[in-house]
Amino acid sequence: MNTQISPAAEVPPGRFGAYGGRYLPETLMAAIEELEQAYAEAGADPAFQAELAGLLKDYAGRPTPLYLATRLTRQLGGAKIYLKREDLLHTGAHKINNCLGQGLLARRMGKRRIIAETGAGQHGVATATVCALFGMECVVYMGSEDMARQELNVYRMRMLGAEVRAVDAGSRTLKDAISEAMRDWVTNVRTTHYLLGSVLGAHPYPAMVRDFHRVIGQEARRQILERESRLPTAVLACVGGGSNAIGIFYDFIPDAQGDARVRLIGVEAGGRGAALGSHAARFQGGSPGVLQGAYSYVLQDDAGQIAATHSVSAGLDYASVGPEHAALHDSGRAEYVAATDREALEAALRLARTEGIVPALESAHAVAECIRLAPRLSPEDILLVNLSGRGDKDMGILARELQLGGG
Amino acid sequence: MPIAFQNAEGLKPGLVIYLTVGDQGLKTTRDVALAALDAGADVLELGVPFSDPVADGPVIQRASQRALAAGTRLEDVLALAGELRRLRPRCGLVIFSYLNPLLRYGMERFCERAEECGVDGVLATDLPVEEAGPHLELLRRRRLKPIFLAAPTSTDARLRAIAEVSEGFVYAISRTAITGVRRELASDARGLVERLRRVTGLPIAVGFGVSLPEHVAALAEFADAAVIGSAIVSLIESSTPESAPVCVAEFLRGLRTLPHPAGTACGSGRP
Ligand SMILES: Cc1ncc(COP(=O)(O)O)c(C=O)c1O
Repeated sequence: MNTQISPAAEVPPGRFGAYGGRYLPETLMAAIEELEQAYAEAGADPAFQAELAGLLKDYAGRPTPLYLATRLTRQLGGAKIYLKREDLLHTGAHKINNCLGQGLLARRMGKRRIIAETGAGQHGVATATVCALFGMECVVYMGSEDMARQELNVYRMRMLGAEVRAVDAGSRTLKDAISEAMRDWVTNVRTTHYLLGSVLGAHPYPAMVRDFHRVIGQEARRQILERESRLPTAVLACVGGGSNAIGIFYDFIPDAQGDARVRLIGVEAGGRGAALGSHAARFQGGSPGVLQGAYSYVLQDDAGQIAATHSVSAGLDYASVGPEHAALHDSGRAEYVAATDREALEAALRLARTEGIVPALESAHAVAECIRLAPRLSPEDILLVNLSGRGDKDMGILARELQLGGG
Repeated sequence: MPIAFQNAEGLKPGLVIYLTVGDQGLKTTRDVALAALDAGADVLELGVPFSDPVADGPVIQRASQRALAAGTRLEDVLALAGELRRLRPRCGLVIFSYLNPLLRYGMERFCERAEECGVDGVLATDLPVEEAGPHLELLRRRRLKPIFLAAPTSTDARLRAIAEVSEGFVYAISRTAITGVRRELASDARGLVERLRRVTGLPIAVGFGVSLPEHVAALAEFADAAVIGSAIVSLIESSTPESAPVCVAEFLRGLRTLPHPAGTACGSGRP
């Protein structure tokens, strides 16, 4: 297979090694160039940065706490476990970091209409929130399967004034919502900003969304050094598109040498098992390909058709992964493992019962890997887990799967 | 083969016909393709069905789903091109695909097979000029013409870059939209063609939303060819495999002769 896409002579913008790039229909190319330009200007503008920092602090609730999970640590009898509490942010997940950033950027570009896709509904809720705050029109595309399993978030988006459009195509999940949002953007490109919710899609989205989430790792690195005077053994995060993971990983990437080397572990959705169609573990069963604007690992069949995916968690249920993760995977700087539906559900229950924290099912995948790993390490080791969101939205699924019906 | 927009009768504008290969079965695509050529089509765009066609509207999305459900693969599209080339040596044949099925097949292997099958050109919807570099070389080595989309939103700098690497013709998108049948021909189209004329001497085909004789007549004034996609795919959807070739031929004959002939057993392909 020919996987070498980038020309040798001239490296196109937005590459992470061989991955990333800009694979879009021509209609969107001018808009993506405009976005790249606007983002570069905003990044260099202290007023933009100051306004964003103010909103992150006073509106979203940053910095988030770093919490030492003492009971879980004692129970597992190995490494010390710290949780980065993104679940305590306004709207209940890390997604608000990116939405505030892109919302300000859209305002700067003079775009009054915002569209977004959502899987778990957390990105949709955060987008609807920011649109309400800035007085912008908001349309959120959501697979009808996801609307059913994350019903609470559908109501939250409507409460905030957003229009939620059901997507009935394909598997009726995140991938199909992204396709529909892209079709809307192609049609309304002159007036509309596409507020993409993860480190996916064409350049500059993967780099820009990462930059807006970098604050997670910047805070966590400072907090752990204050508390422990040393770096963690490993940083763990769930990987859907990969935004919360790259957000917490990024400032630890240079910590790659010798004794102080920090392992970076991304946890994908192992779903029901290893068969294609039963999971969303791109680094287990996927191969390089192009989907929705970027070259990255993709779950696909031998004809290059995108495979169906499954995860109990809507936010991880996607056939591709952010291109920067693909590069971190190939270079070996980050490791990617999978946790099954069952492991994630059990991890959610365990965290609820030992620490009084109900994690989002997405985040529960990272907790599951932590539960597996901690007992194999020594008390001198430190695990830093990104608790990307809280589980309120998942109570329906948790009640069903964990038989919380009582009686 | 040069791609030429002059059919036997010298009718203007040229007609480019898009078909999703394998929709209603490969035999239907073959029969419709032959009927379209015999009804005056100059160029066929053979669409490779893809699971996630982000630039397409509901009509072509549904056709792609049907074609995939019938098991259509890139190899089938190439084999059909080979057969059409044997049967109609002078027609233009363009493979129209999203990038991923080509990557998975292997771009080098694809180009080799496409040349063998007598394909003239290749258009990948989600491959803009800046990502095309290494693919261009592979295409040219096999004498395949790289064809690119130009959009009303494309800046002049982008149009120049597109003109520089295009061969055969430039495909001008009439509006900022996904594919689909529309009532009005967008006013964007003429402006885009004028801007393209300043940077290229290649023929310009205009598509997206073209479905009525009025559209085609308007395009005859300023474009070299009209691309008919969703209107044909929609006709095939509402026909039986047996009636589809006749219906498509009748529709195409009507397109270049105003007014549209009334009273037939076929759908109109109209919005
Ligand atoms: C709480 C939470 N964590 C993680 C994710 C997965 O996204 P990403 O991998 O971009 O962080 C989602 C997506 O909906 C989410 O809601």
